[in-house]
This record gives sequence, C-alpha cells and structure tokens, in this order.
Amino acid sequence: MEKSTVFNNRLLPYLLLLPQLVITVVFFYWPASQAIWQSFLREDAFGLVSEYVGLENYQALFAQPEYYRSMLTTVIFSTLVAALSLSIALLFATQADKNLKAASAYKTLMIWPYAVAPAVAGVLWFFMFQPSLGMLARPLRGMGLDWNPLLNENHAMMLVVMASVWKQISYNFLFFLAGLQSIPKSVIEAGAIDGAGPMRRFWTIIFPLLSPTTFFLLVVNVVYVFFDTFGIIDAVTGGGPAGATTTMVYKVYADGRLGGDLGGSAAQSVVLMVIVIALTAIQFRYVERKVQY
Amino acid sequence: MVEHRPLTDFIAYAILTLGVFIVAFPVYLALIASTHDAATVVGGHMPATPGTQTLENYYRAIFVGGARTSREPVANMLINSFVSAIGIAVGKIFISILSAYAVVYFRFPFRKTAFWIIFITLMLPVEVRIYPTYKVVADLRMLDTYAGLILPLIASATGTLLFRQFFMTVPDELLEASRIDGAGPFRFFWDTLLPLSVTTMAALFVIQFIYGWNQYLWPLLITTQDSMQTIVIGIKKMLATTDELAEWQLAMATAVLAMLPPVAVVIFMQRLFVRGLVQTEK
Repeated sequence: MEKSTVFNNRLLPYLLLLPQLVITVVFFYWPASQAIWQSFLREDAFGLVSEYVGLENYQALFAQPEYYRSMLTTVIFSTLVAALSLSIALLFATQADKNLKAASAYKTLMIWPYAVAPAVAGVLWFFMFQPSLGMLARPLRGMGLDWNPLLNENHAMMLVVMASVWKQISYNFLFFLAGLQSIPKSVIEAGAIDGAGPMRRFWTIIFPLLSPTTFFLLVVNVVYVFFDTFGIIDAVTGGGPAGATTTMVYKVYADGRLGGDLGGSAAQSVVLMVIVIALTAIQFRYVERKVQY
Repeated sequence: MVEHRPLTDFIAYAILTLGVFIVAFPVYLALIASTHDAATVVGGHMPATPGTQTLENYYRAIFVGGARTSREPVANMLINSFVSAIGIAVGKIFISILSAYAVVYFRFPFRKTAFWIIFITLMLPVEVRIYPTYKVVADLRMLDTYAGLILPLIASATGTLLFRQFFMTVPDELLEASRIDGAGPFRFFWDTLLPLSVTTMAALFVIQFIYGWNQYLWPLLITTQDSMQTIVIGIKKMLATTDELAEWQLAMATAVLAMLPPVAVVIFMQRLFVRGLVQTEK
C-alpha cells in the first residue's frame, strides 16, 4: 500500500529519519555487530588483549553441559508458563464473555497486573513463599512438606512459574476476551438450535474459531518467557539453586557479569538472536494474516 | 450467550471472583506487610489485617531509606523512574512519528532500506545484546545518566510501525486539500496530521510509560550509584541481604509505591491502554 500524493522535498525526509536512524545504529546495529564479532574473540584474564579464535567460543559453548541444561530449563519453563497462563486466562475469559452484568468491572479487576513490573511480581511471590516468613510457606511446611525454594530445585522452578503465570494471565485474558467477543453470536446460536450443549459448543465451535488468537498468544507468551521473565528470575531465585532456574537469557547475563566470560556470553547472545529472529519470522508469517480482532 | 440459567451465571461469577482473588492476593499481602513493624513481618506470623505502622513505614521508605542496605530514599527513586519512563515514552513517540512521516509521505532514494533498518530492530531485544550495548553507553560516558537510561530503549520499530499504519488510513484527500491551500510539509504535519494522531500518540504513551517504568535489566546494569536507581531496582537492592536482616516492611511499602503509577495508568486510562496494547502487538 502506498500513498498516491506525496511531498517532493529532497533533504527533508532524511532529516526526519535522522534521529531514529542515529539511535538505531548507535544502540542496535553497533552493539549487535560487536556481539557477533566478540563471539569470535577470546579475552585474556585481565580483558586487555583479545585474540581471534574462530568458532572456539561456540564449540566451548556447545560442549558445556550447563548450556544444554539452560536450554532444557528454558523449554520446561516456557511450556509450563504458556500452558498454564493460556488455559487459566481462557477459563476466566469464557466466563467473563457470558454477558454478565459485572463483566466490565471484572475485566478491570483482571487486567491491572499487566502493569506490575516483573521484578516486583517476583518480589511479591517470593515474599509469600519465603520459607521462614512467607504466609503461604508456613501452611506448606505445617503439612509436613519441606518447602524451600532457596534449596530445592523443583520448588524454585514452581515459584518462578507461578509468579510468571500470575503476571501473564491479564494479558492473555484481554486478548482471549477480545477474540471471544468477535465470534459472531449467530454461529453459536445455530449450534444451540442444532442441540449442542455449552461444552460441545465450546469445543466444536468457539475453540476452533479462537485458534488464531490462541496461536498468536502462544508466540507472544514464548517471547515473554524468554525475555521479560528476567526480572522475575533475578528477584526470586537469582538463577539458582544450583542453576535450576537459569534460562538462556539469564545465563547470558550471569556468564558475562559474574563469570566475566565475554566471548562465551557473546556467543550465547548470537544464538539467542537467531532464536528471536526465528520466533519473529513465525509471528509475522503465520500470525499477521490470520488473527482477527 | 444463548441460554441464561441461574446456575451457569452463578458458576461464572464464582470462577471470576476466584480469579480476581488470585490476582489481588499477592498485592494485598504486600499492602498488609507495609503496615506492620519489622518484627511482625519477619516473625512469620503476620496477621491478615492492617497494622499500625503505616505512616511510619511509608515515611521512612520515601524520605529516609533503608537502614541496613541501600540508604537511598524512595522519593529519589520515584523521580528517577518518572524521568526515565516519561523520557522513554516521549522520546519514542518523537522519533517514531517523524520517521513514519518520512516513510509514508515522501518518496526518496533508500526509502525502503531506511524502513527495513528500523524494522529489523524488532528482532533484537535489549536482553540479547546487553554487554555490547553497555560498552557503547560506557564509551559515550552515559553510565549513571538519564540519557543512558533512556536512549538505548527508545529505538525500536513498534512506534514507527504503529504511526505508519495509522498514516496509511488517513485519506489522501486531506493532503491534496492542504496542498491546494498552499501548505508545505511542516504545515500539513502540524495542522492536519498531528491533531489526527492524538489518540494513537496517547495509546503509545500509555504502553511505553508502563514499559519504561518496569525496566529492570538495563537500569540494573548501567546504574552504579544509588542516587540513579529506579524504584524497581531499589526494591531488589533493599532485599539484597540475608533474609532475617531484610527490612521487608520497607521493601513492601516500596513495592506498593512502585506499582501505583503504572497500575493507575491501566485502570484510569483503560481504553487507551487496551487500544495501545492491541495495536503495538499486531
């Protein structure tokens, strides 16, 4: 799509583009190319000299059991968060779609956690489940469960998953509700006339019609888990215990900052860039065309 | 819905009420914790009702700061958060409305190239290029400055795409009419396009304000002085000690203060928020 009438100035369009292009080049392209370049270098212990080592950083990376572990952690974490937050949000959205008198009030009450910073959400959930003072940790320990997310790897994972799901429900709820409201009522009425009950109508009519929204949300949720949960993980577990909640993004941060391994961290950044590009491509190729609001 | 049975309505209300309860509970606990003294909170037997230390806790958090860890008063952090969140939102709107105007209303060599250069940044979130970006900001001597907090986060394609999409829906007749009236590109932009874009700008502002306010990784890296901390970083720093020593009541008061501005934005500007969210994600 193009405008048929346009201005003919020569210099002006470049001046208009200048601020964004300067910022994009300085803070995006330059650092991104540095990351790619650094991934082929190795610095000495003092960071003074660096030499070209080819693919050694990548070989070292893929020889690390911890790297595969962080991949596995990322996969488990994304699957749990996406599955739970999508199904819980869908449940709430279908209920809110039932023409209830208070539907708009419920909507407001459901969507505000979107505005809570991930790191703050992490602190709130850690406060509830901190083993010695957490309000919800005490009953768990009282039941004889040795609840301790600071030491137990599964407990730590459960806690970051809960905090991440809590934070993401509002977003999914909003889009599911919009998706449900855009389904023509006549289709559902036709199903009802044919004698389909509420459950049957949901699974054979509503759910298939909602699938573009679901797919769109699935991609968005995976991107969310990859990048936006950094604050939650750092606030709740700091990647621990023993690396149990270290996702791929968290490992880039931890290896570069705490380990000082910039070459390895850069190689991880490059791998992540490839993954993000793939995710974005999927999002644009399949989502753009099919999602209707 | 098709049938209206009292029972299904009741179940719907029950499920939704449960949902609201789950959503609100962690925040309710934070509110309660911020009204008790340190011993009550750390003791692990905090009551479920408000205590009596509300004013004292908030006064200490806002004006004095924690006693044991970071001594930075929250008032300062709030200022830093407001400056960087508003800077990010306004900066993004400014650069992206100009570049979208250039791409849509002008024909010039490398127009497509410029658009793609901007578009590809969608694929490079700050998390995947943190250390090289840190180095650029350090080389530019922008560590511990507002410019360092703001500039690397304002360059992204979402704003440009949003304005481009909106400009494409503006009827061509408006431009033709303005040109017949003798308006140049500046007059057309200022008198016609900008007033039409107000809602789009406001929706983008709401989303970007929340995005900027909630930043964590970037400010964590580039602020070394306590005086430049944003409030989201400040909470974490207050708890960076052994759990028995952490001043949870102050951290929770700070968490409540950190949630207030963005949550207020979502609740009171809900229409703009929803609009912005749907448009920027498309």
